[in-house]
Amino acid sequence: MSEPQADVTVVKSPVYLKYRFTAGSAPARFLGRLKEGVLTGQRCPRCSNVYIPARGSCPACGVPTEKEVVLSDKGTVQSFTIVSIPIPGNPIEPPYIVANIVPDGANISFIHLLSECVNEEVHIGQRVQALWKPAAEWGYSMDNIRYFRPLDEPDVAVDRIGKLPVTGLES
Amino acid sequence: MREIAVVAYSQSPCVADAGATNEVELIMPQLQAVYSQLGLASAQDVDFVCSGSCDYLQGAAFAFVAGVDALGAVPPIKESHVEMDAAWALYEAILKIRMGHADSALIYGFGKSSPGELPIVLSQRLDPYYLAPLWLDTVSLAALQARLLLEQGLLTEHDMAAVVARSRHNALANPLAQLAGEFSVEELLAEEHFVAPLRRADCSPVSDGAAAMVIATVEQARAWGAPYARITGIDHRIENHNPCLRDLTDSVSTRQAAAAAGVHRGPVDVAEVYAPFSHQEILLSRALELAPETLVNPGGGVLAGNLMMASGLARVGEVFRRIINGEAGRGVAHATSGPCLQHNLVAVLEGA
Ligand SMILES: [Zn+2]
Repeated sequence: MSEPQADVTVVKSPVYLKYRFTAGSAPARFLGRLKEGVLTGQRCPRCSNVYIPARGSCPACGVPTEKEVVLSDKGTVQSFTIVSIPIPGNPIEPPYIVANIVPDGANISFIHLLSECVNEEVHIGQRVQALWKPAAEWGYSMDNIRYFRPLDEPDVAVDRIGKLPVTGLES
Repeated sequence: MREIAVVAYSQSPCVADAGATNEVELIMPQLQAVYSQLGLASAQDVDFVCSGSCDYLQGAAFAFVAGVDALGAVPPIKESHVEMDAAWALYEAILKIRMGHADSALIYGFGKSSPGELPIVLSQRLDPYYLAPLWLDTVSLAALQARLLLEQGLLTEHDMAAVVARSRHNALANPLAQLAGEFSVEELLAEEHFVAPLRRADCSPVSDGAAAMVIATVEQARAWGAPYARITGIDHRIENHNPCLRDLTDSVSTRQAAAAAGVHRGPVDVAEVYAPFSHQEILLSRALELAPETLVNPGGGVLAGNLMMASGLARVGEVFRRIINGEAGRGVAHATSGPCLQHNLVAVLEGA
């Protein structure tokens, strides 16, 4: 007679699936220029909005965006948050700022870090510029930009955020 | 009941690897193609949009949401999605129109299966307690089914090879096919087994691509002035998720769906059958009780190229194409989902 066994209440069944992920043709072109230290977007042939990073379509119009547009590494804070809680695996020490930044020449923001600033003074409409890593460290990643830092320029009115040309406030 | 018709259809070529192309880039050319068939500008010109896809295929979370970037959803549109083959998106769209909530609908399905190991990826749709942890892949499950059919004398490996030979031959006339050519049954049988009793050629290839369709009420179809084919019946039935609890040598759910869709209310000139494995085409032709004179998979079927999540919709699209080209008056389209033909949809299309 075998010994009575305890009920099996847990079975571990980890799922591992391997993929060879590809970003897409349009994102691949964006990443290629990013490796050269250039931010690019794509302009919609119908509504003229410029998207970064482009996925190959204008989601508003549903038409292919095929034209690359070079953007500035200066931009405007569209929104931001002060992160005060450490995130496991993230080497950045809180408190730090994560911001939605619209680069000049684009109509949509991306998320990046904002530093070299007084956290309490960061505000919507604030002008910022990218601080790039040394060119030798550039790869296919937005990490090529270490962070954005404040620019000594006048604020952008809320209704003008996301509408500046690539020349920024100069025009 | 409101009469509904297929009015436009387009499918991408089946390719083994779409390269860098993402889901939006796969979908857009097909959407543009169906728009141009009807003179539409965008998804704004139909009342409802429904898509079919599975994020597990390309391994990208929310890939189905990314697909919406192809639509032009400003101002907002009425949009839905099934984590299934787009044949079921078609079914949802038909219900929407039947209920009077829409007069027209755009349906699209897309799959980029090349980034992962498809048979392994699909093992994760099995039940999560008993079968998925075994990593029971789709080819092995299909091989078990083929073995049952062979052991019970319901078909021979020669019969299976004949299905493949016909598919490869038919695909020569299909510019969208991935695999085509002239092969004799003897040549095919000379190949070694892949997962016995299946040879590689008995299994549909892994393909990347997309398909799109527009359906509408017959009144709207006439208003657009494009040729159309009426959907006179559609039904789908599902069997137990555990293959051990089913008769794998038959497809009861296909028989039930076919009866409910009215397959046998008239002659069937053409049948597009979603059979990812050669033995399943024979099994399904029997379950659909197709007459010997019915043309089965005249474009090569999915053995010539299998767009996961779009192949079922493509079967309906192929029957539509044959009808509006005058090659058929009445046809049957079949779609399947799940291991060993677990879930089956049958649609009947007839000329205007
Ligand atoms: Zn646009």
